[in-house]
Amino acid sequence: MEILGLLGDGMALSLQPLNILLIMVGVTLGLFIGAMPGLGSVNGVAILLPVTFLVPPGSAIIFLAAIYYGAMYGGAISSITLGIPGASTAVATTFDGRPLALKGRASLALVTAAIASFIGGTVANILFTMFAPLLASVALSFGPPEIFALMLLAFATFVGLGGDDIPKTIFSICIGLVFAAVGFDQISGAPRLVFFDISGFLHGINFLVLAIGVYGIGEMLWTLDTTRGKITSTETKMSVKGIVDDSKEGMKRGWKGTTIGSFLGFFVGILPAAGATPGSLMSYGVAKMVAKNPKEFGQGHPGGVAAPEAANNSASTGAMLPMLTLGIPGSPTTAILLGGMVIWGLTPGPRLFVDQSEFVWGLIGSFYVSNFFALVINLAFIPLFIWMLRMPFTILAPLIFVLSVVGGFAATRDMHDVWLMLGFGLGAFFLRKFDYPLAPAVLAIVLGPIAEPTLRQSLLLSSGDPMIFLNRPIAGPITIIAIILILLPVLNWARGKMRKTAT
Amino acid sequence: MSLTKRTFMTTLAASALAMTGFSGPAQAFEPTKPIDFVIMAGAGGGADQIARFIQSVAEKKDLTTRPLVPNNKGGGSGAEALIALKGASDPDHTILVTLNSFFATPLRQPNLGIDIQTFTPVAMMGVDPFVLWVHKDSGITTFEQWLETVKGMDGEYVMGGTGKGQEDSTVVAWMEGTFDIKIKYIPYDGGGAVAKDLAGQQIMASVNNPAEAKGFYESGDVVPLIAFSDERLAAYQDVRTVKELGHDFSYYNQRAVVGAPGMSDDAAAYYQDLFKTVYDTEEWQGYMASESLSPLWLDADQQREYWSTQVQNHKDLFAAMGE
Repeated sequence: MEILGLLGDGMALSLQPLNILLIMVGVTLGLFIGAMPGLGSVNGVAILLPVTFLVPPGSAIIFLAAIYYGAMYGGAISSITLGIPGASTAVATTFDGRPLALKGRASLALVTAAIASFIGGTVANILFTMFAPLLASVALSFGPPEIFALMLLAFATFVGLGGDDIPKTIFSICIGLVFAAVGFDQISGAPRLVFFDISGFLHGINFLVLAIGVYGIGEMLWTLDTTRGKITSTETKMSVKGIVDDSKEGMKRGWKGTTIGSFLGFFVGILPAAGATPGSLMSYGVAKMVAKNPKEFGQGHPGGVAAPEAANNSASTGAMLPMLTLGIPGSPTTAILLGGMVIWGLTPGPRLFVDQSEFVWGLIGSFYVSNFFALVINLAFIPLFIWMLRMPFTILAPLIFVLSVVGGFAATRDMHDVWLMLGFGLGAFFLRKFDYPLAPAVLAIVLGPIAEPTLRQSLLLSSGDPMIFLNRPIAGPITIIAIILILLPVLNWARGKMRKTAT
Repeated sequence: MSLTKRTFMTTLAASALAMTGFSGPAQAFEPTKPIDFVIMAGAGGGADQIARFIQSVAEKKDLTTRPLVPNNKGGGSGAEALIALKGASDPDHTILVTLNSFFATPLRQPNLGIDIQTFTPVAMMGVDPFVLWVHKDSGITTFEQWLETVKGMDGEYVMGGTGKGQEDSTVVAWMEGTFDIKIKYIPYDGGGAVAKDLAGQQIMASVNNPAEAKGFYESGDVVPLIAFSDERLAAYQDVRTVKELGHDFSYYNQRAVVGAPGMSDDAAAYYQDLFKTVYDTEEWQGYMASESLSPLWLDADQQREYWSTQVQNHKDLFAAMGE
């Protein structure tokens, strides 16, 4: 009851004219920043941080949170319409969003993304409101062995991601892990896999560079190759009735993905190591695994759009939790928000909820309000995004190319990454020709840098005994589930092979 | 229009300088594009917090005509950042927030070919002390008790830190040598992650900066045992220093800004003035007080001298540790 009262006060605060204006401006800006490939919520928040000194701290963080929210919605837009991930958090959205757009169902994908985002955000807000202090202690109980067990679980869903060809999936995972190992070794500090002594490899391979290469450039080459330039435009019509019908269809086929994404995304988001990108990728994997017909995923299933979109919104709220309660950023964007809070004179940490109650509840209240406005503004802009798709592919292809190059450069401001991205695009095109699944490689490069240090920290803790993953109360069950999940498809595959050789 | 803005900016810069009591010739250098503000550590740690704080102060007070753009390059105990600065394409627009790895990393990895004396001194913003922390549930309240516990566990006592060769590991290694104890040291990617895992009891103790552990100290989760500073810290008056125990040892993390090798003298003068202004702001002074940093302002020549002493100190420390 007390919580409801505090939340009510918080919402009233965020509904003040200045704050509501900031929310609407923030959400709209975020939507477009998120939609620009290469620019994500991190850049948006970093660029606009100085603007916030003009308003009181409570309004400032509401504004930044609105941008953060808007960017989570916006990332889906270019993922769906152009096939270029708008932000790292929206990479998983391309897996099914782009195929839907190619089938002429872009509006279905966009509407599903918007609604799933709204539901994910709402579920996360409610969980946050009710259980924030409790969840903070859950986040604390996750040490290196628990995080590694969780990563193992994510890798297990990879096998489900790759379709039926398990050796090709494992190959794809291994390629991703090798790329993830490039750069400095966190434990010893020594440089690894710095090919030809090119200094650009020292900072590692940026995940977004790989994703834009694989999905932007690779997808463009693929479309050019498969259509031989024949298709000119995607059939798309827009009407209010169309949106209503799409919402119904999207929810009917995507409710499972939305539910998984909402809860899993939030949970992964509150762990300080992870953030929204692993959350959305893991949700996609789980949604595919539990689907009635997993083969539809990757061909254009609304569930494949709903799961990552629900998850990235849910995780972005979740990532606020360790930032506010522990003073530890759960994602790169919250790291910048944290810097902002320090300059506004607030100390994030265990005392914030007590000492700065009004600020905290104003922020939480604004999550609800931002989420609502993000949905409305996003739906209102959908016709504009669809209109982009009416452009003939001969115009769209160079546009995709330019946006990909800009996006690859924007991430690190290094030409090295642009060449790398073009290389990945070509490589992805050929791998796809030979029917290798690419999503597992993308997942591996996201999770590898989390899994590797936690594995090594755990083994240091246990003096090299791998039982540490089984005999801890939280890590144990997670590890066992992961092992079962990995073995299941492998067993099925082996059984299938044996049956084939028998006949 | 542009003339008006320019006049306005000049007036602003002049008044900012006047406020800090600076007198000298007009600026010969102004940044013409965003300044690459490289941070020698990952996001969320002590150095990162400070860099973002400084950036915010500069933005809030409108001290620069072009923004400072934070750029985390924490790889290889700061080696990534040092290499980036050494090869900076535009040294006049590239500055670095440093830690002690500025001294330690080139010593430990001579194959990097970094000579820190080629870098351009900009500003010493203060030094950050180190404190030994344990979780409150350990029941340990004194340093002596702690030593006994560690000895009793015979090499199974787990501490976390930011990695071998990093500042806190130097302190841990010193304790191992001085008190004849054995510690299992787990590396993390930043001081924030270490503090969090101490609060969650994933590790048993840490050597953290007060800024990193402050939140958990205020909530009562972690307990400070001993400080590695010259004098007792104002915010932790009950915490003794190792000097009081009769050991001539103190260790601070430098919070300094340096320019890329090859920076022009005009640009160096510009950044030196800029950071002097930041140093004197109410915000920075308040930050140092609340986060227990010790104020230490050094001019360019004093900084070079400080670098030489620190390099020698680290050489001696590493030699004493048998490396």
